[in-house]
Amino acid sequence: MDAQGGPLMNRLDLKTVLDWVPKNSRVLDLGCGDGAFLARLRDERNAIGVGVDIDPANLIAAVSKGLDVIQEDINDGLYCFTTNRFDVVVLAHALQELTHPHIALERMVDIGDEAIVSFPNFGHWLCRAHLGFKGRMPMSRAMPRHWYNTPNIHFCTVKDFESLCSDLKIDIIERATIAGAAQGLLGKWFPNLFATSAIYRIRRAGG
Amino acid sequence: MTDTFPADSVGLVTPQVAHFDDPFTFVNGAVLQSHQLVYETYGELNSAGDNAVLICHALSGSHHAAGFHSADERRPGWWDLAIGPGKPIDTARLFVVCSNNLGCCDGSSGPNTINPNTREAWGGQFPQPQVQDWVRSQKRLAEHLGITKWAAVIGGSLGGMQALQWTIDFPDWVGHCVALAAAPGLTAQNIAFNEIARHAILSDPDWREGAYLSEGTLPARGVALARMVGHLTYMSADGMSDRFGRELREGGFSPDENAEWVFQVESYLRHQGSRFSTQFDANTYVLMTRALDLFDLTGSQDGGLAAVLSRAQAEFLVASFSSDWRFPPQRSIEIRDALMAAGKPVTYANIETDNGHDGFLLPNPSYEQLLKEWMRRVGPS
Repeated sequence: MDAQGGPLMNRLDLKTVLDWVPKNSRVLDLGCGDGAFLARLRDERNAIGVGVDIDPANLIAAVSKGLDVIQEDINDGLYCFTTNRFDVVVLAHALQELTHPHIALERMVDIGDEAIVSFPNFGHWLCRAHLGFKGRMPMSRAMPRHWYNTPNIHFCTVKDFESLCSDLKIDIIERATIAGAAQGLLGKWFPNLFATSAIYRIRRAGG
Repeated sequence: MTDTFPADSVGLVTPQVAHFDDPFTFVNGAVLQSHQLVYETYGELNSAGDNAVLICHALSGSHHAAGFHSADERRPGWWDLAIGPGKPIDTARLFVVCSNNLGCCDGSSGPNTINPNTREAWGGQFPQPQVQDWVRSQKRLAEHLGITKWAAVIGGSLGGMQALQWTIDFPDWVGHCVALAAAPGLTAQNIAFNEIARHAILSDPDWREGAYLSEGTLPARGVALARMVGHLTYMSADGMSDRFGRELREGGFSPDENAEWVFQVESYLRHQGSRFSTQFDANTYVLMTRALDLFDLTGSQDGGLAAVLSRAQAEFLVASFSSDWRFPPQRSIEIRDALMAAGKPVTYANIETDNGHDGFLLPNPSYEQLLKEWMRRVGPS
C-alpha cells in the first residue's frame, strides 16, 4: 500500500492524525509506505513507531529512516500483534484497499488502546453526481484509477463507516472531516455530502 | 598483488589463531584443558570499542568470511557479498570478527586437530559441541581481542541461531542481532535430513568408527552423499528448474540399449559432493549436524520463545527467504512474533527469491539494500 507515499505527505488527513497522536506514544502504522509519516511521528511527537508494509521498496525506504518495519500483509489479520501492545494504531487512507476492512478494524482496536482511521468519503456529492448523472464509477485526481484496476476495493461513506462501528461495538471518540472548499459549516453539518475525507479516533466500546 | 582485488573487497587477509589455556567445559560436561580458535578480522577496532561486529558461520562455513588468502585464491570468503568497505557490513567503519567454531575442521580445535592427551587426532573422540558452547567460546575470543560488547552479532542459518543464542546468553554483550534464514529449533523433517546425511557417513566402510585419520582412510563417499542431500535442501525446486531444467551434460537418449546420459543436475550434485568430501572433515559434519539437531531456543522454558527472548537487550533484524524450505519463512515469523510479544525492537523482511535457503549467501539487490540500510544503525553514527 502506498497510501502515504512521499508527495502525499501534505495530505490534510495526516496532519489531523499527527495532532491526535499523544506525545511519547507507542504507534503502529498500518500501510506505513516509505515511513515518512512514522518518521514525523517520531521526530515531532517523540513516538516509538512500528510500521507494517508489504512492499519491499517501502520496507527499505522506511528502514533507511531508522524505523522498525514488519513486512506483512494487513489482510492476513495482523495476528502477529498481540493485544494492547500499542497506544495508537493508525490506518491512513488504506481501509478501502483491504480485503476485510471490518476484521482489520476489530484487530486495530484490540491491538491498540485507540485507533485512528482515515478514508476517502464515497458519499461526497461529486461521487454521487458522477454515479447519478454520468452513470459511471467516480474518478478524480485523488482516485485516478478505473474501477477494474483500482486498489480501492471497499469504498464506503461516512454513514457506512459509523454504522459499521456501531455493529462492531466500536466507540467513535472523535471525528474530523476534510471538505476542501466546503471546509466550513457545510462539511461539519453534512459530512456525508461534503467531506472528501473523514478521520476517526475509535476504540473498543467500554474500553 | 593486493591491487588486483576489487575496490570494495577487504583484500588480502591472514587467519589468526588464539590459544586458550584455561579449561573449557562443554554443556555436556566434557572438558578441554586447552584449545584454540582460528579467526579473521576486517577493519579496525576503534578506541571506544563500540564498532565490533561478530559474524557467525553456518554448518559448513569457516572463519574465512571475506577477502582473499592470496592473490591466486579463485573465490573470496563465503560472505564477501556483505562484508567490505562500502558493503552492507561496512569495514570502513566497523571492526568485523569471524571465528571458526569449536569442533569444526578449519583450524579451531576439532576432530582433525591433535588431542594433547593421546597425541593423535581427536577423530570421533572430540566432545559434542552445542550452540551455547560456541557462544561461550566466542566470548572468550572477544575478551582476548579487547572487545567488551558486540555492536552486532550476525549470522545466517545455523549462524543466525548462534546470533540469537548470544542475545539471550549474554544480553548486555549484544547491541544488535541479525538472524537470517534461521529457526528457533529444528523440525522433525530437518532432523531427518541430518540423520540421512550422518547415516551416509557412518555407513561408509572407510568411516572406521570415526578413527579414519589414524587408520589412514577417508569416508569420502559417505561425506559426498551427505553433502548431496544437504545441498539439495539449500536449493528451491524453481531455482533448480531455472538453472538445470532437464538439460543433459553428457550423452543422449536413444533407443539403443547402451545409451548413456548424465543430467546437468546430476553432474552438479556429484561435483558438489566430491569437492566437499575432500575438503570437509567427516567427524565435523556429524558434530555440526548434531549441534543443529540439539538447538532449541525455547527449551523447556515456561512462556515459550517470547519468555526466552525477553532476556535480550538487542535490536533485531529477522529475514527469511521466500523459497527457503529448509528453514521456511514461517520459522523466522515465529522468531519475529516472539520478539514482538516480548516487546523487542524488530524489523522483519521476507526476501523474494528463487535461491532457497542459500538466498542469504547469494546476490539479491533488495536483500543487500535492506541489510545495508538496517546496518546503518549499528555502531557509532
